[in-house]
Amino acid sequence: MSFRRLLAISRKEVLQVLRDSRSLLIVLLMPLMLMTTLGYGVNLDTKHIRVFALDQEGSQASQDLLKRFQSSDYFDLVATVTDYRALAAALDDGRCQLAIIIPYDFSVRLHDGRPVNIQALVDGSDNNTAELAIGYAQGVLASYGAVVQAEYLRKSNAPSANPALSVESRTWFNEDLESKNFIVPGVAAIVMAVVGVLLTSLTVAREWERGTMEQLISTPVTSLEIIIGKLIPYFGLGMLNTATCAAIAVFWFEVPFRGSLIALSLGSGIYLTAILGLGFWISVATKNQLAASQIGLVTAFLPSFLLSGFTFPIDQMPIGVQPFTYLIAARYYIVILKSVFLRGTGLSFLAAPLIALIIYASVMVFLAKRSFHKSLA
Amino acid sequence: MIERLRQILIKEFIHLFRDPHARFSLIVPPLLQMLIFGYAASYEVNRVSTAVLDFDHSEESREFLDRFSASSRFQVREVLQSESQIPSLLDHRKVVLVLQIQPGFAELLRKGQTAPVQAVLDGTDSNTALIAVGYINQIANRFAQDYQLQMADRLKPSLATFAPDIQLQERPWYNANLESRWFFVPGVIGTLVLVSVMTLTAFAVVREREVGTLEQLMVTPISPAELIVGKTLPFLIVGLANVVFVGVLGSLWFDVPFRGNIFVLLLGTTLFLSSALGVGLLISTVSQTQQQAFAISFFYISPAIMLSGFGYPINSMPTALQYFTNLDPLRFYLVVLRGTFIKGIGLDVLWPQMIAMAILGAATLTLATLRFHKTLD
Repeated sequence: MSFRRLLAISRKEVLQVLRDSRSLLIVLLMPLMLMTTLGYGVNLDTKHIRVFALDQEGSQASQDLLKRFQSSDYFDLVATVTDYRALAAALDDGRCQLAIIIPYDFSVRLHDGRPVNIQALVDGSDNNTAELAIGYAQGVLASYGAVVQAEYLRKSNAPSANPALSVESRTWFNEDLESKNFIVPGVAAIVMAVVGVLLTSLTVAREWERGTMEQLISTPVTSLEIIIGKLIPYFGLGMLNTATCAAIAVFWFEVPFRGSLIALSLGSGIYLTAILGLGFWISVATKNQLAASQIGLVTAFLPSFLLSGFTFPIDQMPIGVQPFTYLIAARYYIVILKSVFLRGTGLSFLAAPLIALIIYASVMVFLAKRSFHKSLA
Repeated sequence: MIERLRQILIKEFIHLFRDPHARFSLIVPPLLQMLIFGYAASYEVNRVSTAVLDFDHSEESREFLDRFSASSRFQVREVLQSESQIPSLLDHRKVVLVLQIQPGFAELLRKGQTAPVQAVLDGTDSNTALIAVGYINQIANRFAQDYQLQMADRLKPSLATFAPDIQLQERPWYNANLESRWFFVPGVIGTLVLVSVMTLTAFAVVREREVGTLEQLMVTPISPAELIVGKTLPFLIVGLANVVFVGVLGSLWFDVPFRGNIFVLLLGTTLFLSSALGVGLLISTVSQTQQQAFAISFFYISPAIMLSGFGYPINSMPTALQYFTNLDPLRFYLVVLRGTFIKGIGLDVLWPQMIAMAILGAATLTLATLRFHKTLD
């Protein structure tokens, strides 16, 4: 391996990147764009669920119960209607996500100690919001029931008028349970998947399409020199993007940064190598820009979004799907990112994901080199 | 004119089906995306890995913790002996929740005082943690109510006849079992058709420009308008076919129902595709190379998907961003998709979405045509 030749290739690649100012600008703006849309747009702690109520009784007790829905952050009591058809129509066109029906004998039954059923019609077409709505509604009913019970027991001088249990929950790592702290650190993995795989594979594929790769091959440059030399500028760009992501996360979104900068750089460098190797491999294997972009989308962008634990927890996936997540480089990198930002765990805790990434990166570079050799023969 | 149009159409279709890469990108990415989303995307929270630390060792504390073991929401993985074990368990991501019961728990309960229960949560994944807190509170409330009644029964049997028993009778409409797939599968159709139609349109024009055949087309008697129609119409047809193909596949494979009218869906798809084609054309007018086209289309696709309500609820976004989502045609198309698949609603409910998509489509197509004319001159 000749250092001079390596440098020459890199220099050519850097010049190419710098002259295509439009692509360069896009690459540099990518972190900003993804950070803002994901950081602001992704909010999983659903609040303001739109509630319609059908109060068939209209008593003091039923009004008290509805007030509890109104005062909850999770619900917006949009309207109180007088017939069932209005509820059905509101559910159909999406004006209402949860409909509460209080029966005509609500307070009588409550007073007699007979079971009362409150019907809740939920729009199940968004199952996540529906589940949350049911959970929150049960919470409202439970606390209402506890108050009624406590009041009754107090009036009859019962011995235990106090609430029997209180749950004191303490949250670690993300104390206020903010969605942005959960989402924002992982965005770097997505940005790098896009920049690393997609842009790299397109550039290399273009050289094949135009035939300039053949020219390169006819020079004394070795295949490893071509691979490394071509990837160096993109490695630099990727690291720059990571730094931008981290800076936006810490200074703009005010996500805590508790771990070590060394762990972050080390993890990012290895992940980036793996991703660039994958991109190069794809481009050599397809030699076509359209195909490279589509395969890149399917093998890098989507899995790093969906199968990496970025927003969808891996342990909630079906058992049959979980093994596939080990094939996704972003899975390991996301662990590192979340640990470095929120947990503040040191390098020693991150040995396992780091080693996995090193293996991943070596395999990718090996595959890229092998298929490059093959396509020469 | 019709004849010339027909010739262009034939040329484009031959192009599309002869190119193995284009064929590939029409079939494989949609399939994979559908599978990954269908299996992996879910916000449900089950089997939360839990550790328990019981300092009280009483009948009450055991009974309380048993309720967690019995629930499918929690899975008790570890029984701890001392508090010092907690940090390493959470740091190593072995458990998400630690329940801790202090000595004196049962004594406080028997005296009719409030007994505390501590829950230590890993908040890194804020969504899981929030939902878990809700479930913990539910279990604790139920336990407290049951316990108070037992107590009252022992001390003053006459009281026990009264218990406020308010049950939420939830009835999810449209998706009775609240299956995640029913939510995601129609959504995937929308994102898929957006991505494939838009990038194919943009690439088709840019590639002709890159290769130089666009010049050749311009010296033929074909007018710019005919060229645009000829370039976009095939992709409209491909898009419609894609929706039917992926829709049939998704509903058969994942058992998602189709309850509405297929013509309403096709009308909505056509209106939606008009803006996807418009954006694709617009991108082709501002990019010189396929790589640029891809990078720019990515800048459109990611916000379009994230702000559409595809996976992240719109009404949890900041208000300013919520207004912004009205510029996103995918937002309206998803309502049509979920409406026709899951809700089985028709034009009488969906007309506002149709009008919104028609306006956005007309606006982007006009803009694209104007710009396209300019780049040809």
